Amino acid sequence: MLLQVDSISKTYSNGKQALKDISFQLEKGEFVSIIGPSGAGKSTILRCINQLISANEGAVFFEDEDMQRLKKKSLRLKRRRIGMIFQHYNLVSRLTAVENVLHGRLGYKSAVKGSIGVYNEEEKQEAFDLLEKVGLSEFAYTRCDELSGGQKQRVGIARALMQRPALILCDEPIASLDPKSSKVVMDYLRQVTKELDIACLVNLHQVEVAIDYSDRIIGVNSGNVVFSGNPDELTTNQINQIYQSDELLL
Amino acid sequence: MVQRQSELELAVTETVLAQPTKIRRNAKKKIRIRVWKTYRIVPWVLFTLLTSISIYTLFTMDYGEVVLLDATRQFFTDLQRIFLQPRLSGRFSFETLLQALGMTVGLAVITTLLGGVTAFLMALFTARNISHSGLSNAIRTVMSFIRAVPTILWVMIFSILIGLGANAAIIGMSFHTIAYLTKVFSESIEEIDSGVIEALRACGASWWQVVFQAILPSCMTALLSWLFIRFEINFTNAIAVGAAAGAGGLGFQLAMTSSFYFDFHEIGVLVYMILAVVAILEVVAIRLRKKYIIHA
Amino acid sequence: MDKTLNQDLFRKKKQFLFVTLFSFVVVYVVFSQFVGFQFGAAIAAIPQSFVWLFTNFIPTENSIQSLPLILSKLLETVLLSITATMTATVFSLITAIIGSETTGLNKGTKTVARVFASFFRNIPIVVWAMVLLLSFKQNEFTGYLAITFTTYGYLTRSFMETIDEVAGSITEAMTATGASYFAIIFQGVLPMVFGQLISWILFMIENNIRDATLVGILTGTGIGFLFDLYYKKFRYDMAGMVILTIVIIVIALELSSNKIRRMIH
Repeated sequence: MLLQVDSISKTYSNGKQALKDISFQLEKGEFVSIIGPSGAGKSTILRCINQLISANEGAVFFEDEDMQRLKKKSLRLKRRRIGMIFQHYNLVSRLTAVENVLHGRLGYKSAVKGSIGVYNEEEKQEAFDLLEKVGLSEFAYTRCDELSGGQKQRVGIARALMQRPALILCDEPIASLDPKSSKVVMDYLRQVTKELDIACLVNLHQVEVAIDYSDRIIGVNSGNVVFSGNPDELTTNQINQIYQSDELLL
Repeated sequence: MVQRQSELELAVTETVLAQPTKIRRNAKKKIRIRVWKTYRIVPWVLFTLLTSISIYTLFTMDYGEVVLLDATRQFFTDLQRIFLQPRLSGRFSFETLLQALGMTVGLAVITTLLGGVTAFLMALFTARNISHSGLSNAIRTVMSFIRAVPTILWVMIFSILIGLGANAAIIGMSFHTIAYLTKVFSESIEEIDSGVIEALRACGASWWQVVFQAILPSCMTALLSWLFIRFEINFTNAIAVGAAAGAGGLGFQLAMTSSFYFDFHEIGVLVYMILAVVAILEVVAIRLRKKYIIHA
Repeated sequence: MDKTLNQDLFRKKKQFLFVTLFSFVVVYVVFSQFVGFQFGAAIAAIPQSFVWLFTNFIPTENSIQSLPLILSKLLETVLLSITATMTATVFSLITAIIGSETTGLNKGTKTVARVFASFFRNIPIVVWAMVLLLSFKQNEFTGYLAITFTTYGYLTRSFMETIDEVAGSITEAMTATGASYFAIIFQGVLPMVFGQLISWILFMIENNIRDATLVGILTGTGIGFLFDLYYKKFRYDMAGMVILTIVIIVIALELSSNKIRRMIH
């Protein structure tokens, strides 16, 4: 079992309980989507996995280590095995695409080399290869703020791949994109992670996209897991239950 | 320079014409990852230039006949006496202090109020959404020139004609106040939803009616916040003017105490008073800024 | 229902407006009395002053002769401004990085950084100058220190604001990759805030020329001192020349700064 989330709970300092006893598993190479209404706790779940957020209770076993218990250096080293892409891409706008991709390698570099930004030839070549893999060969030397949303997200994917991770967390990767770019991004994400046998955990609020791309779907509402199964098991009733709305028509 | 195409065209182009990257290499055949365009070179050039100038200046600066180590030690001793042992020495009473505080605050208040009213009127002619662009630019240029002369010099200029004192100080400080407030007021006015102004104009309101019924209510809180922020700056200016141009108030008292009487303990009292006032003003100003001023 | 709500809102806003303007008038009157401000006399002085300005401050043959001295003092002041700003930048950047919400080390450093910045910023520059004069006496270095202290306070706050506004996203992303703290700062945060940083620095250099003039009067150095000298000796033609050169230099700096900002974008 690649990832085992065990009964995590999280209550924020303002009293809001975001997660209530969440548990689920992920196998190597699986493409799993998390769906649910806004504020259901999807982002919190994702961030508990690489300890960007500390859970109040429970454990997150990734490659047999509890991500929630790791500290400082061991946490840093373990985080290299988990890539992450974000709704707003989180790139350095002034730098070129290839420079941003290379940031994925910084976890493997010494503090000195990492700070100066010295990369060896193999690392640079790999960065260019990854950009080719996501179809951005021509834009390697382009400043990131000159790229479109879909292109930026693909740079983000390449950056995550640069870490050679076993798992990629995707926090609403297509929420800011139009349908055409969304398809391009999801296609590349699915294709490359299948090719490299990397597991994917994706937050989505578009149910149709989740059904189209996932091996498995997890439905979350108000901090609870309310559904876990294959896309074909997801009936309209189930969807309405997840989103707790009778008006939702598919 | 890559031009932005529509998403659709890009998606098609990329899948049909995917080309391998033209990897650029440097003289030693190593792969290059950075592109040295203007926007990247200029900061480094600027940074190097400014740093060299600074190092040069540090070496050639006039240090007087002061031995740095001794002076530094003396400085820390002074600080100790000022901050750890503040007390009045009977040269002036606490009442005098409060009067001085009132003087400084008064100078700042009057400057800010007068400046604010004038600036609001000027801003009405400077805001691009309600004024002619030629007039707007002309005003902005004049304000630039006004801001180029340091406030203290403005005060000194006016002191020539009407003597040292509150009048000269206030008028002198007003110049920068007006220049500053006109700029920020006009920006606030420009942020007003154009629909509000258009609607009133469409139903035939007179110009003054538009001002009082549409413009003023819309950006009132922002304007007041800016006014307060400027008041904080003017309080500091009033101290400077009091010290350097003899306009009275806390600045004047401080100048007297530090250059004539050399009374560190008194200096301490004055510094604490000033620090307290400025600190409170800053806290309020920050809160106002967060709440009422839309970040441009 | 909506109509009454809107009317209520407008009425409240008008009341607020009226109350504010009224309190302004009251405050103005009270303080005017206290301070001894005579509106009439002051306002009347303005046209008089400008006429006087233009007749007296126009460059004459004498004042043009003093131009070399004026320019050398002006250069001194500009160099002082640059040096003080750059010195402050170094310390401000370090303080801001360890003190900002985004990149700060811990609660302790964040609080200390804020307190430090406030302390240096809230003490007016003339106060620093007068305190420093006591130990460092009248020379350029004293002015340099005063400007550096105030600039440090101001820039630290500005840098912290910029970092928190702009660098949050990249910090999150790079933390998730397992990059070291220093790598995140140098490869992520600094490139993100670089443009805005330079903007702040240019702004402070411009601003510090004005402060340097003020401080120069107290420390007996720079263009401020020269103006004060001419002023006290009633050499208003020379004083006028000083003002002219200051205006030219400040405007030139402002235009160059804007050009540089455009190039860096």
